[in-house]
Amino acid sequence: MKCEELLAMLNEYVDGTVDPAVCEEFEKHMAGCNSCQVVVDNIRQTITLYKDGQPYAMPIQFRERMHDALRRCWREKHPAK
Amino acid sequence: MTGNASQVIPETSDDELVRRAKSGGLEAFEALTSRYEQRVYALAMRMLRQEQDAEDVTQQTFLSVLENLEGFRGSAREIPLSGMAAGAGPPISRAEASFAAWVLRIASHAALKIIRKRKGLNTVSLEEATEGSENMNSVPHPEFIADWRQSPERLVERNEIRRLLDDALTRLDEKHRLVFLLRDVEGLSIHETAAALDLSEANVKVRLLRARLQLREELTRVLGDPERRLTRTHHQHE
Repeated sequence: MKCEELLAMLNEYVDGTVDPAVCEEFEKHMAGCNSCQVVVDNIRQTITLYKDGQPYAMPIQFRERMHDALRRCWREKHPAK
Repeated sequence: MTGNASQVIPETSDDELVRRAKSGGLEAFEALTSRYEQRVYALAMRMLRQEQDAEDVTQQTFLSVLENLEGFRGSAREIPLSGMAAGAGPPISRAEASFAAWVLRIASHAALKIIRKRKGLNTVSLEEATEGSENMNSVPHPEFIADWRQSPERLVERNEIRRLLDDALTRLDEKHRLVFLLRDVEGLSIHETAAALDLSEANVKVRLLRARLQLREELTRVLGDPERRLTRTHHQHE
């Protein structure tokens, strides 16, 4: 499998959604190519870092203001009968 | 969170909450907002890096949800983004639109609008802002290749890591950053990401790959073990 073909399928391989036949080609290539294996590992680690990292916490005061505003708009849109 | 909204059982599906909200249930609408507000805020912060702008995007998003909820049915139909500024882009048109994907689409558009305003560009449609010809041939190959010194699980505990992650994300072109955030951080599928951004799936895949490789490159230069660095000459291919 050539580099460009690998690159085209890299997303699917990282996500585990690649076609089994292609997966076999990938595995065959990576068995003899440590660089590609490390790149795949790095990508998975990168995704994990961003997914598991601390999210930005929404300020409580902003949340209260936003919900107040939304309630006002809701009541204007749905006036009590 | 209001007392009534907190009585909504956490397992209540989005579809059920949408149904109740459409019937006039404020509590259900508030529950939907509470369910997604943190995610929208975090997406906006990672796109914009400014608290005020992120707050504006978050509030605009849920105001838009409130205004357009009647038009959302989670099925194949045109969903207008009425209430958004001119040039908001074509409506969603795809089968089985999830509420999450819809909310994140609205938030994405709002964030991109701010970015373009910062650049002094005229407001354009979401499609124009996000479309562009890219293909696999234009994706750069990895340069710095090395195992990381620590696992991600250990790294997330380190305070300085957040700054490193944010800076690397900021250096991504916003088109690539947004695809990465929606697909890899928010967990939308390729199909949902494409629908949310009015892109082809092929375009999403190229942008995602570019984002992943660029982030990998930057993070590995800092987190990789230089003593175990592999040079490109080590790469064997047919």
